[in-house]
Amino acid sequence: MRITCPLCGARDRREFHYMGDAVYLDRPDPVAPAVAWDDYLHLRDNPAGETRDLWFHEAGCGAWLVVTRNTVSHDVLSVALADGIRGGAG
Amino acid sequence: MRIVGRGRVDRTITVPFTFDGRRFWGHEGDTLASALMANGVRMVGRSFKYHRPRGIFSAGSEEPSALVTIGHGTARTPNVRAPMQELYEGLSARSQNAWPSLSRDLLALNDLLAPFLGAGFYYKTFMWPRAFWERVYEPAIRRAAGPGALSGQADAARYDKAFAHCDVLVIGGGPSGLMAALVAGRAGSDVILAEEDRKFGGRLLAETEEVDGQPGPDWAAGVVAELTALPNVRLMPRTTVTGAYDQGTYAALERVGLHLAAPHPDAPLETFWRIVARRTVLAAGALERAIAFPDNDRPGIMQAGAVRAYLHRWGVAAGRNVTVFTNNDSGHRTARDLRAAGVDVAGVVDARPDAPDSADYPVFAAGHVVGTSGRHGLREIRVRHAGGQRQLATDCLAVSGGWNPSVHLACHMNARPVWHEGIAGFVAPDGAVPGMAAAGAARGLFSTAGCLADGAEAARAALADLGVTVTSVEVPRAEDGAYDIAPLWHVPGKGRAWLDYQNDVTVKDVEMAAHQNFASAEHMKRYTTQGMAPDQGKTSNVAALAVLAEATGRTIPQTGTTTYRPPYTPVSIAAMGAGGRGKGFAPERFTPSHAACVRRDAPMVEAGLWYRPSYFPLNGETSWRDSCDREVRMVRERVGICDVSTLGKIDVQGPDATAFLDLVYANTISTLRVGRVRYGIMLREDGHVMDDGTCARLGPHHYLVTTTTAAAGPVMRHMEFVHQCLAPRLDVRFIPVTEQWAQFAIAGPRSRDLLNALLDTSIDGQDFPFMACGAVGLMGVAGRLFRISFSGEHGYELAVPARFGAALFRQLLCLAEPFGGGPYGMEALNVLRIEKGFLTHAELDGRTTAFDLGLGRMVSPGKDCIGKAAARRPGLCGASREQLVGLKPVAPEGRLTPGAHLFAEGAQAVRVNDQGHVTSACHSPTLGHEIALAFLKDGRARHGRRMRSVDHLLGVETLCEVCDPVFFDPEGARARG
Repeated sequence: MRITCPLCGARDRREFHYMGDAVYLDRPDPVAPAVAWDDYLHLRDNPAGETRDLWFHEAGCGAWLVVTRNTVSHDVLSVALADGIRGGAG
Repeated sequence: MRIVGRGRVDRTITVPFTFDGRRFWGHEGDTLASALMANGVRMVGRSFKYHRPRGIFSAGSEEPSALVTIGHGTARTPNVRAPMQELYEGLSARSQNAWPSLSRDLLALNDLLAPFLGAGFYYKTFMWPRAFWERVYEPAIRRAAGPGALSGQADAARYDKAFAHCDVLVIGGGPSGLMAALVAGRAGSDVILAEEDRKFGGRLLAETEEVDGQPGPDWAAGVVAELTALPNVRLMPRTTVTGAYDQGTYAALERVGLHLAAPHPDAPLETFWRIVARRTVLAAGALERAIAFPDNDRPGIMQAGAVRAYLHRWGVAAGRNVTVFTNNDSGHRTARDLRAAGVDVAGVVDARPDAPDSADYPVFAAGHVVGTSGRHGLREIRVRHAGGQRQLATDCLAVSGGWNPSVHLACHMNARPVWHEGIAGFVAPDGAVPGMAAAGAARGLFSTAGCLADGAEAARAALADLGVTVTSVEVPRAEDGAYDIAPLWHVPGKGRAWLDYQNDVTVKDVEMAAHQNFASAEHMKRYTTQGMAPDQGKTSNVAALAVLAEATGRTIPQTGTTTYRPPYTPVSIAAMGAGGRGKGFAPERFTPSHAACVRRDAPMVEAGLWYRPSYFPLNGETSWRDSCDREVRMVRERVGICDVSTLGKIDVQGPDATAFLDLVYANTISTLRVGRVRYGIMLREDGHVMDDGTCARLGPHHYLVTTTTAAAGPVMRHMEFVHQCLAPRLDVRFIPVTEQWAQFAIAGPRSRDLLNALLDTSIDGQDFPFMACGAVGLMGVAGRLFRISFSGEHGYELAVPARFGAALFRQLLCLAEPFGGGPYGMEALNVLRIEKGFLTHAELDGRTTAFDLGLGRMVSPGKDCIGKAAARRPGLCGASREQLVGLKPVAPEGRLTPGAHLFAEGAQAVRVNDQGHVTSACHSPTLGHEIALAFLKDGRARHGRRMRSVDHLLGVETLCEVCDPVFFDPEGARARG
């Protein structure tokens, strides 16, 4: 598998650390109800098809990436810098 | 037997080799298979299950029959396919699966038991008694069955792995592949042409085809010469592409030294390649398949195309009197070519009623081979044909059941091949591997002209995809015959008809699978083991599917194929794991003091990839405990030096550094003054403690964060996550500096005295109180000093740029000596911290919370932090939690061991009564007895109570008293002093 890092170009997946669903970007408010935190921390879909994941280019530029890919066809549909997506928040 | 004037081996060079200890001679250019055939050796092994005699069946990597063991000792390689082994001087090959000898194999007895050994035999027979499976049945079966064996010794040879990138990868160097590479190469693209054989040309080397008026091999050589001259083309002979993976990644195995009598000592035997290609042309050709008929597995029965290959390429006649059994035109080509070379052809048995006639040899139209005889090699076949029955004396039967396009790689990403009625075979599906297109025979085109044109077109299309336009391509002239086939998979009748030669699977086995309702292709495969041997059924799977289809009343496309998976051909584990053996598996990280520690005979222990000194033995000390106890006392009473460079260090800078650290640390950092250090814990978002360490404020917007040795990488990754993914607006940057700084703990009552003998400017308790930090100079080097303590003593950590680390360690030891001080290792460091109740990852094991550790109050109520919301959840705090406590034995000699579990005094030591467990334990020389840190349910409320510590593994049981986890100097006066 290869991931095209927006900063470094196409690289072998061994350069990346996989974290999980990009839902991690949407951290609830600190005082949000427990059910919102439970959802954020523990409940995940397992789609056969398009999925958004967080990958860390650990052996490269150190950028966290949001990789949209298809778990059936293995197509990598898009790769974006996580801080660009989250640029409006935080 | 060699034929004068045929073949392209160099007969001026004679190559001696041995087979089963007998000496033979071949020629430069031979394979082991061609050389054995030239020497008249027909039987080369025994089959897997029935120990039937086996000969050479093919001339390529699809070989299902001729498996041999090459070499001796550590260099012994089993299951080498004889047609793949190039001959070299002194090559030593042995047959497999036979004892005491190939011709008199005692286990050939299995063949007589064949009626009882059919498909599913193991599952049905060895059920009872149950306990017999592991002790009796399995060992016996393993001895009787199975191919060659490894030496059992470590392989001393070198292997390598390598990476390559290209615009166009061409898989296969036959006519299609050569044309594809030529078109792409001339267009200036980066091309890799991978060919399994030592020579390029594919079937052109095995036939008498002409291309552009030249003999096929000469045309191929001309193309290779042109490609070699192109700097943008990389030719990779002896390289099998074994797998297709995501995003244009391919695996390939290059046989670098397996054909050499004396491989270069610095070169690998094999190299495992990862090739990344923007576009790929699959020009893998086609493999000839067999026809199943009774007793079709005798030595001398082989592929008709292989018979031509041995004749044309190696100048070897596969027999003196050859017969052909075919269902398509290509079988006749074998007969014609043999006749032209002066080899007798006893006849062609053609299954087609309208078989073409010949003036040169008898043709038996509508003919079937219905039986064979010959114990160690074919002697006679029985034929039933339109005109009746007859027997033919023959020592070689060339069989062609048609050709299967090599679709394997196109199906490695879970696609199924597509049935092509015209060739009665499966072809590669379009677009199943993104970026890959099949060309030539792999796509079901079986004429040379068709292959040449298709290879050129595939390259043109691939280049067009890449934005390179190729206007005119000149395709050379060549044969353009049609391919006529009437499918015949097996000849009905009595007697066993083999499909899979390697796993001894017969037509009857597949039919039995169908009758027992193992009717899907995947079930049939597993029930019968069809196609599960190293050859993966390359010459037999399609016929087996056809038999299954017939037995279940379905068509072949309805029956479908099994899943194609990498590798295409066997890949040595040694090649895949190249570089990962011994020290290559885990690189070593050495601290600046490493050499000095080793010189002092300190045993070095692993801490992740790092190596750290366990203790520093002195004369007269007989055990590690002697040294450890002395080092602990030395730190408590005088001064000790310890290299702590392995701890993770992260430099954090920026206007928002403070706000950022408030977010990642559970405790508050914003109240930390410049020039001060604070102990901190980081939580995971799920509320558990991730790591602990110190945070030093070096400037208003400049911090140095330390982590535990193990968590240096994960903490850095986590901080990047928090910054980039959760708080990207914070203006902060950080970088790991673990390797840039050498850092030493200087601990003990005399630590300041020692430092003042070293520093350019001396310090005192006023300008360097407990938890102070700042810049210092020592002998002209700019360093950093932190007054922190992991021992509970008055102590410091002194950091200098890593290149001065070794010198500083030497200097510190020199200065320590007059104070009665010296180095201390990990054992003493551990005892010192347990006495103080300080934490390591034995306690921060990923399941403990700040509450459990007694650090609940560190989670600041006044701000948000990672993990804060989850840490509040019921269940992560309260009396039901196992909380950190200290333990001391009631009897002074009582033993405490990490991993022991805690039980109430009167309770049985069983799981349901478990109250907690011991995480760290040691003998405390300071207190004179053993002490331990443990997690105990509601532990903080149980100080003073007695518990049983039970170590079921070591058989140690100790009555102990629960106490505060800080055993020594609970007020911390010594560290502050």
